[in-house]
Amino acid sequence: MTLLGVNNISKSYGGIQALRECTMNFQEGAINGLIGPNGSGKTTLFNVMTGYETPDSGTVTFRGNDITNATPDEVFASGIGRTFQLTRIFPRLTVIENVHIAAQRQGFLAQLRQWSQPDERARALESLDFVGLTKLSREPAGSLSYGQQKLLEFAFIMVAEPKVMLLDEPAGGVNPTLLKHLGGRIKELNKSGVTFIIVEHDMEFVMGICDQVSVMHQGHALLEGKPDIVRNDPAVLEAYLGTDMSEAE
Amino acid sequence: MSTDITTSQRPTPPSYEVPKVYRYGALIVGFFVLVIFPLVFNNPTISTIGVFAMIFLMAVTGWNIFSGYTGYIALGHAVFFGIGQYATAMLSSYWHINPGMWTFVLIPVSMILAGVAAIPIGFMILRVRKHTFIVLTIALMFIFQLFAYNLRSWTGGSQGLEVGQPGWDGSVFNLPYYYVGLFVAIIAIITSFMIRRSKFGLSLLAIRDDEDRARSLGINTTRSKLIAFIISAVFLGAAGCIYAMFVGSVYPQFSFDPAFDLELSIMAFAGGLGTILGPSLGALIISAAQQYFLISFGGANVFLIVYGALFIVILRLLPGGVVPAISDKWRSHVVRKEQRKLDAEIQGPAEGGAKK
Repeated sequence: MTLLGVNNISKSYGGIQALRECTMNFQEGAINGLIGPNGSGKTTLFNVMTGYETPDSGTVTFRGNDITNATPDEVFASGIGRTFQLTRIFPRLTVIENVHIAAQRQGFLAQLRQWSQPDERARALESLDFVGLTKLSREPAGSLSYGQQKLLEFAFIMVAEPKVMLLDEPAGGVNPTLLKHLGGRIKELNKSGVTFIIVEHDMEFVMGICDQVSVMHQGHALLEGKPDIVRNDPAVLEAYLGTDMSEAE
Repeated sequence: MSTDITTSQRPTPPSYEVPKVYRYGALIVGFFVLVIFPLVFNNPTISTIGVFAMIFLMAVTGWNIFSGYTGYIALGHAVFFGIGQYATAMLSSYWHINPGMWTFVLIPVSMILAGVAAIPIGFMILRVRKHTFIVLTIALMFIFQLFAYNLRSWTGGSQGLEVGQPGWDGSVFNLPYYYVGLFVAIIAIITSFMIRRSKFGLSLLAIRDDEDRARSLGINTTRSKLIAFIISAVFLGAAGCIYAMFVGSVYPQFSFDPAFDLELSIMAFAGGLGTILGPSLGALIISAAQQYFLISFGGANVFLIVYGALFIVILRLLPGGVVPAISDKWRSHVVRKEQRKLDAEIQGPAEGGAKK
């Protein structure tokens, strides 16, 4: 069943067409991979899906509802969380404060409550336990290593209990041990019902973790399928390597 | 959500907070000193410095609620200070309030008016960020100054307006202004403290660090910024009201004074921008020093030279301000203590083993 879908999305910046009538469907409960060469429009698609960019045309649907022009906070409130290619944490706040931000409850009266409510604190610490950052909970987030910041970003999205998590290059700059740890966490969360959409260039990571892989090329969807099928598809290899495989053969 | 670490196994991180006994002790001592200050130093010249210190204390605390917590450096908060002053001057005349204790009723009125004025202003200027925001706030301050100069039938133009002064004895004249100022300043500090501890306060700090990221985590950044802006303006309105009552006159160039915001920002930076008590500390020290220079050197604006020098010193030696510097020192102390404990734990068994 399709949880999040984009239909004929186009987006251009001046003369550059980042997305060309792109249509994709991401299945509920799956770990979806989104791959493609640099400049194929993956991050732009993430931006459109999460309300950071308004598409020139086309629609974005989440559980059948149109969220095309929703703002990032509305998208988040609807149950879609995302991380960024370059980590975006709150460097001057402590690690635990970072996690609490995502656990915010909306509404005027809720905002007046003390931020470290026991129930939310427990959730925040549980989330930090999950990524192994509890011992650093009182450190300024800016003092963490890049890999730890990736885990922190993952933790504070997780604490909001989104239905879908969009991870933009989670493996970028992360050492193999941490990456294995992160992969394990993604699988665990997926088992509990969270759907993932992962943009990643680390093919080993993508093929090892994803149930379904979508390939983008020059702003549109090239192929969708199981990792094994995608891995050996000539069109995908051509998009990545820039060679005509039929000629090569 | 399933975890592989149970709560009982959770590693406990060290606390870097200064112990409560020191924090609350310092607060109680500070409060006590402020209460007895005008009684001990009953020389009117000294207590005048105290009144101005209280006015700046509430103004800086208010300014910090917006600029310190959100990181939007506003250099046009003189608008609300001026609105508080003109509201006091105009309403005391319009309502025929006899100079005296009743005039203090105008404080909540000025606060409300400044807060109401902040709503459309906030809607307009909070649409932009960073340098554009700073420039807009300055421009707005000059626009209000021009209003004050040109709406002569209401504001008296360059002639200004008078605020009636009560006929209290010179030896006690300053006391009501000082204590009312202290009362409002304490309300401002408590408000700032409560905001910092609330989810709303955390939203403001998230905006300071990365506004777009905060938005993507479901924070309604527009609403949060506007509310902080209004609360901030309310305390500036109160400061303007007490200032007008104390000084007894209101003029466009002093009510909407570009140097006023410079003073506020330097006080906040010196004490620790975005901290709860840093700006208060900055206000008490710098405003007192400013009044001292004014009294000693007259209207020669010597304090502006001192401000410039002070700003350079702060940037060089204490870029975060006094309070963050103290916090950092305490943090280093805790880290060293933890390290020593850890070393002892490692060396202990090793030495024990060697004896065998």
